[in-house]
Amino acid sequence: MSALRAITRKEVSDHFSSSRFLILFSLIAMVSILMVYMAGLKISQDLEGEVKPTFVFLMLFTSSGIGFPLVQFVAFFGPLVGLILGFDSINREWNEGTLSKLLAQPIYRDAVINGKFLAGVLVIGVTLTAIVLAITGLGLVTLGVVPGAEELYRIFFYLLVSLVYVCFWLGVAILFSILFRSITTSALASLASWIFFSFLIPLAASAGASAAPPLSGESQTGYIMRVSELERTLSLVSPMRMYLESMAVIVDPLRRTASALVAVGRNEDISLSRFAGPLSLDQSLLMVFPQIVFLVAILVLCFGVSYIVFQRREIRSI
Amino acid sequence: MSLDQALRPGEPAIQTRDLSKRYGAQVAVDRLNLSVAEGEVFGFLGPNGAGKTTTLLMLLGLTEPTSGTARVAGLDPRRQPIRVKRQVGYLQENMGFYRDLDARQMLAFIAELNDMPSPEAGERAEAALQAVGLAGEAGKKIGAYSRGMRQRLGLAEILLKQPRIAFLDEPTIGLDPDGTARMLEVIERLAREQGMTVLLCSHLLEQVERVCTRIGIMIGGRLVAEGTLAELRAAKFGLAGEELSLEQIYLRYFRESST
Repeated sequence: MSALRAITRKEVSDHFSSSRFLILFSLIAMVSILMVYMAGLKISQDLEGEVKPTFVFLMLFTSSGIGFPLVQFVAFFGPLVGLILGFDSINREWNEGTLSKLLAQPIYRDAVINGKFLAGVLVIGVTLTAIVLAITGLGLVTLGVVPGAEELYRIFFYLLVSLVYVCFWLGVAILFSILFRSITTSALASLASWIFFSFLIPLAASAGASAAPPLSGESQTGYIMRVSELERTLSLVSPMRMYLESMAVIVDPLRRTASALVAVGRNEDISLSRFAGPLSLDQSLLMVFPQIVFLVAILVLCFGVSYIVFQRREIRSI
Repeated sequence: MSLDQALRPGEPAIQTRDLSKRYGAQVAVDRLNLSVAEGEVFGFLGPNGAGKTTTLLMLLGLTEPTSGTARVAGLDPRRQPIRVKRQVGYLQENMGFYRDLDARQMLAFIAELNDMPSPEAGERAEAALQAVGLAGEAGKKIGAYSRGMRQRLGLAEILLKQPRIAFLDEPTIGLDPDGTARMLEVIERLAREQGMTVLLCSHLLEQVERVCTRIGIMIGGRLVAEGTLAELRAAKFGLAGEELSLEQIYLRYFRESST
């Protein structure tokens, strides 16, 4: 236990003092705070004249002030945090000869990989929490609205699922750092898998789906529905899609489906809500339970594979 | 630190029986039978790739032997690697260090991994740095250390741990003459004053001749000769019957095995 603690502590302090992490953190903090500030301005504009808007605070995360909303930003660039923290975690120690020194000490071998993973999880947790707290504070100032209890719960779940999502990518990076001896190779492999799952799969899904021909006797709407359904099915391979779907529902109580066929603007959304009340938190969670389970499962799978591969490595090649 | 007393009195500190390791078709260590008594400084000689490091890794439980058994400090490194590693200090060849730590932080980390209470560890670390002559530079990052300084820091780690058995793999490589002398002095003192058993791998035969009580020569994975210097000399005479130096004996064995 003390070995695990020692390794985790050392890794965390390495992360926090590395310039790599500082650059990344300041970049992400800057962009997300800017985005939320813009979103805040836009929300105030949109809600002008609105009699009794609900869940205004959560709109900070979903409203697109400049380009796209924060939730999507984390979906795209959150993985980079995980990848950058993990891509050289094991193979750097191999190459510098510190791994065999570590293992010559009276510690179990899994303390090394557990400590590295735990340190990554802690750093990611601190990073995400810091950013969300900054956003919340900024939201208080720009909107002048205090979040309600339910909104805070939802933000908490948003944080939790985001943590799982980013940690999955940390797991991917650690796996690559075990599989590849060269740091450059593992970095490239990490980036390639990120690009593949985050950009190529959504593109390929939409291209593949729109290639489907209309069936004879099918109505226009039926065809559009079918293509959209097909696209969704194809893109389910991507963890990013899973994350986005669960986030959309968790952060937006007015949503009652994980996939929106038509993008609804904020105003229409609010006017719709006059007819349909918001979902309660447990209903929202229940709706995206499969997506969340999927994210947790791939995280566990990824870590499990890394663990087994690492435990079985012949030490001489270390 | 409380010592694990698994070793029975009179039992050799290190003992192997037909210890072998194969990597595919290549035989790295071939039926090695080695016995090192407690408090002995055993010189382990052999050309590069003779299987010395592989043997050390098997003795530490870091590599699984293909066949045969080993006992270190009365324990089986295969079954109880943690207990073995608690009693063995290992100075690797080409050892790695965390470049962003300074010497004190490195020693503190090693102490923590060995479960040492921190006030005691701090004192021991200072004493170790003092003994290897690094106390003045202990605040510098290891990344800025020269090869010799790193080597000395490696020895400081062993002094900190105060194990019963030390495996030293090429400890004097990259050291200046003063550093070498100091390193050998520390090794001799450890064996003499603390009764530490030392397994010393080296190519520098003069040094081995100076500090080792017994010597084993390993070539191509096999132990071709073993004994005190006098015993080795008795086995190999010069052409005119003169006494050979260890270097000459070693070269004889080496040439015999390669023909």
